Amino acid sequence: MRSGRRRLSFAWIATLPFFAYTILFLFLPAASVLIGAFQNDKSGYSLSNIRTLFHHPYIDAYEGSIKLSLVTAAIGGIAGLFIAYAALREGTPKWIRSTLTTFSGVAANFGGIPLAFAFIASLGPLGVLTLFFKNQLHFDITAHGFSLFSMTGIGLAYMYFQLPLMILVIAPAIDGVRKEWREASANLGASQFQFWRYVGIPVLMPSILGAIILLFGNAFAAYATAYGINSGANLITIFIGAYYSGNVLNNPHLAQAMAFGMFVVLAVMMIVYIPLQRRAARWAK
Amino acid sequence: MAPSAVFWLLLGGLYFFIPLLTTFLFSLKSNQTGKCCTAANYSWVIHNGEFWHTLKISFLLALETIVISLAIFVPTIYWVHLKVPKLRPVLAFLALIPFVVPPIVMVVGLLKFYQGSPNWFYAQPWGFLAGAYVILAFPYMYFSLDAGFRSIDVHTLTEASQSLGARWTTTLFKVILPNIRAAALAGSFLALAIVMGEYTIANLSAFHTFPIFIQYVNETQGFPAGALTLMSFGITWAAMGSLLLVGRKRGTRAAVVAGAR
Repeated sequence: MRSGRRRLSFAWIATLPFFAYTILFLFLPAASVLIGAFQNDKSGYSLSNIRTLFHHPYIDAYEGSIKLSLVTAAIGGIAGLFIAYAALREGTPKWIRSTLTTFSGVAANFGGIPLAFAFIASLGPLGVLTLFFKNQLHFDITAHGFSLFSMTGIGLAYMYFQLPLMILVIAPAIDGVRKEWREASANLGASQFQFWRYVGIPVLMPSILGAIILLFGNAFAAYATAYGINSGANLITIFIGAYYSGNVLNNPHLAQAMAFGMFVVLAVMMIVYIPLQRRAARWAK
Repeated sequence: MAPSAVFWLLLGGLYFFIPLLTTFLFSLKSNQTGKCCTAANYSWVIHNGEFWHTLKISFLLALETIVISLAIFVPTIYWVHLKVPKLRPVLAFLALIPFVVPPIVMVVGLLKFYQGSPNWFYAQPWGFLAGAYVILAFPYMYFSLDAGFRSIDVHTLTEASQSLGARWTTTLFKVILPNIRAAALAGSFLALAIVMGEYTIANLSAFHTFPIFIQYVNETQGFPAGALTLMSFGITWAAMGSLLLVGRKRGTRAAVVAGAR
């Protein structure tokens, strides 16, 4: 026993690099954003940068980011739910399920610059689909108000990773809706609709909301995809990026304040997410 | 199959394939005339020195990230499973933090914190960028490895190994590591996919990696960018395919959503 103790006192050193690493590359940089956001040029403390965030154009960029994230999370979440259910429900061949998981895994990981270009090649001004609509179907999408460089266009591209993320996250929850529950409600005379209205949806609700919140954060944090499509988009991540790649670095503390603002939005999101996650876990197998 | 199921699956399938198909058609157009069909864009990419150069940088960065991650996380997670299971929720919580601190916020902090640090670190992708990528890979590595460790009996394996006189290092390398190989591989492939596609941090800290090259071609070349995009998609497929292949073995239900958005 004593010798075991002695070994223990040496071996815990194995965990030291990990904690040292997270402190050096996660906590201290995060803390420097936190502190920097509340500093001014003369390295004194002030709220001026935080206050600036509430004014044009910064507040509009937050609004743009939040709106885009909400819309793509809601649409992606609901459509993803239906696609996942279509693959998992009875009557659908088993191979579809594993195929869908594989393809979702690939699509969810296909983001950023290449994804942006895939949409430029499809729906951009010279995109294959744009030209196909124009020449073959005599329908000019740009003349009808569509632009890939608008928020709608960026949202369409975001959907490419939002849908598969929803499918991957919600599939285990759908699996948790047990066959016995459906049989029991059918025995009591419930219709398919009544089962979903009173049993299925209420049980799945925390999982669905939790997944949609995850999708929100996913879109809110995205930078490369939007940048690749429209480097002037009215999104907060684009604003922060412009501060570093451009030549407007006159006030780095403003960039830190913008980053801090993003962090606050995502922290609020996590506070909503965690209790939902707990509730959803109640029905997990 | 129910008609509504067919509808939704068809919709999902079309959304997945149409952008890939159109990118493929786009990549076959001539960069001079804009007409179909030529393989010139692919040959342009393959004969471009900068393509190979940046691809090599990103690949080596991915390897470095994987090696550092495994060296840091494997002993820690092993130790936590063996001796201090109370710390497991703490690690799981830490692994969620990179989700709340997105890459763009992280890079702002890293640039501020390491401003003025020595050049061998700050000005080198192998220093600054790799340092950031280990944190990006942390959640995926952690959840993969944690699942791997949960599927084996850490205590019995360790006791058996020690009772035969093995030292800690021998136990870790010769007994534990072979047993969590699949989980470690799964985490590694996710890290590979992340690093090969990461744009945000590389761009803001001005390093020339593969995704930066793709964006440069996007802005300047048009049609060859289609070829590059498909090649990048191929890398994602390869990484995810390998992940699924090793995932067939038990204990590797890893987090499969990485990505550089």
